[in-house]
Amino acid sequence: MLNEKLQFWGYRRPDGRVGVRNHVLILPTITCATQTAQRVTELVSGTVSFIHQHGCAQVGTDYDQTARTYAGMGMNPNVYGVIVLGLGCETHQAHRIGDEIAKCGKPVETVSIQQHGGTLQTIAEVAKIAVKMVQDASMVQRELCDFSELIVGTECGGSDACSGLSANPAVGKASDMIVHQGGTAILAETTELIGAEHLLANRAANDQVAKKAYAVIKMMENRSIQMGVDIRTGNPSPGNIEGGLSSLEEKSLGASTKSGTTRLEEVIDYAQIPTKKGLVWMDTPGHDIEQLTGMVAGGAQVVLFTSGRGTPTGSPIAPVIKISTNTPMFERMNENMDLDAGTIVNGLETVNDVGKRIMNEIMQVCNGKLTKAEILKQHDFGIWRIGPTF
Amino acid sequence: MSSYKTLYLSEKDSVAVALSDIPENTEVVIQTGEEDLKVTLLEQIRFGHKFAVKEIDQGDDIIKYGEVIGAAVSYIPAGAHVHVHNLEGKRGRGDKVAK
Repeated sequence: MLNEKLQFWGYRRPDGRVGVRNHVLILPTITCATQTAQRVTELVSGTVSFIHQHGCAQVGTDYDQTARTYAGMGMNPNVYGVIVLGLGCETHQAHRIGDEIAKCGKPVETVSIQQHGGTLQTIAEVAKIAVKMVQDASMVQRELCDFSELIVGTECGGSDACSGLSANPAVGKASDMIVHQGGTAILAETTELIGAEHLLANRAANDQVAKKAYAVIKMMENRSIQMGVDIRTGNPSPGNIEGGLSSLEEKSLGASTKSGTTRLEEVIDYAQIPTKKGLVWMDTPGHDIEQLTGMVAGGAQVVLFTSGRGTPTGSPIAPVIKISTNTPMFERMNENMDLDAGTIVNGLETVNDVGKRIMNEIMQVCNGKLTKAEILKQHDFGIWRIGPTF
Repeated sequence: MSSYKTLYLSEKDSVAVALSDIPENTEVVIQTGEEDLKVTLLEQIRFGHKFAVKEIDQGDDIIKYGEVIGAAVSYIPAGAHVHVHNLEGKRGRGDKVAK
């Protein structure tokens, strides 16, 4: 599989990027509009949305990061078109986010609850727009696309001591194959790279990238130092410790194996679209949903997610392929897990074997196979807030 | 001698990982690449948890994956469970900064 050039059937968007799904996104820019957005998804098949608590009384870099995340969700090529839904008086104005998304050429409409005379009128208005948008979306045909057009996010959540031995190294193999195919693999969760940063910095494309790797680690570590707390009180979590992980460094060394062996091309900000192909490191916290959201807003069409303890996590717009680190959990939580890497611990398969299986699953999912999280409508969304609410 | 499986990741390591629950007093054989190391477990080690393959002095670094995963809070004899009760992380320790 390493040498043949891989292709998949994707949806080409006006900006040239390729999606593996064809959603109409109802994007609430403010918490006050999330319930209205949910009602529309219940009425109109083919639409997705998400619940959150942000979009007002935010300032400075915190405002910017939230705005970038909203816009990134709308611009993700898995989304055909977007209806941006605001209340009207919030700091994150729907029309500003809508204008940003519209730059990529896809259909964008903006609706405000205050302008449309209340919840029920707004539901009707958004639903009417959505009906047309969903039908237009259904006319788009999949076309053959190069694997190099994919951005694949990688993540581990609910880790145990097997994570660093089975599923994470197998994702590392898949990451190497993705890069070899000319695609992009995102490594993230900066918190969970504390203690392994020297290994990644040694693989940096240049000094600047190496410096940024150390810089983002220092900023993350300093946050716990400024709070006067042991980072271990939050990470590793109680479940990680129950599973046998004793320190953040131990967890990090296991987490970093997801990055495989290729050169680290760049270190990017949260929810930023990578500017380079190959392996990139997105600066995100270890919090599963905040990390997932950052990578999807950064344009990831597919996410690989390893877990030892088990987790239902999914995204409203990107398929999340969940890979168990141990077979007992794969069997116990089978409706949530897509692949089992516990076979490595059991001695039935090698890391390379499972890496190939993961690549095969990526291909199938890109071509339309639904992941468990998609089937269970696990539409998680959470923004990494970097400032207080005022 | 037992057939319990363990995993020893690097020859620099001071700990190994149990790949199943292993009862107290079991003698496990660690394959180090050179000569096999025999360790008698001083307590039960659960699946995924670590035990010391050699003596670790208080304050010494504890090594897994060939890298530092923390330091010993107290003297750890070979065969003892190594976890949060006797290993502390060295990173992100805001609690150790003088206020």
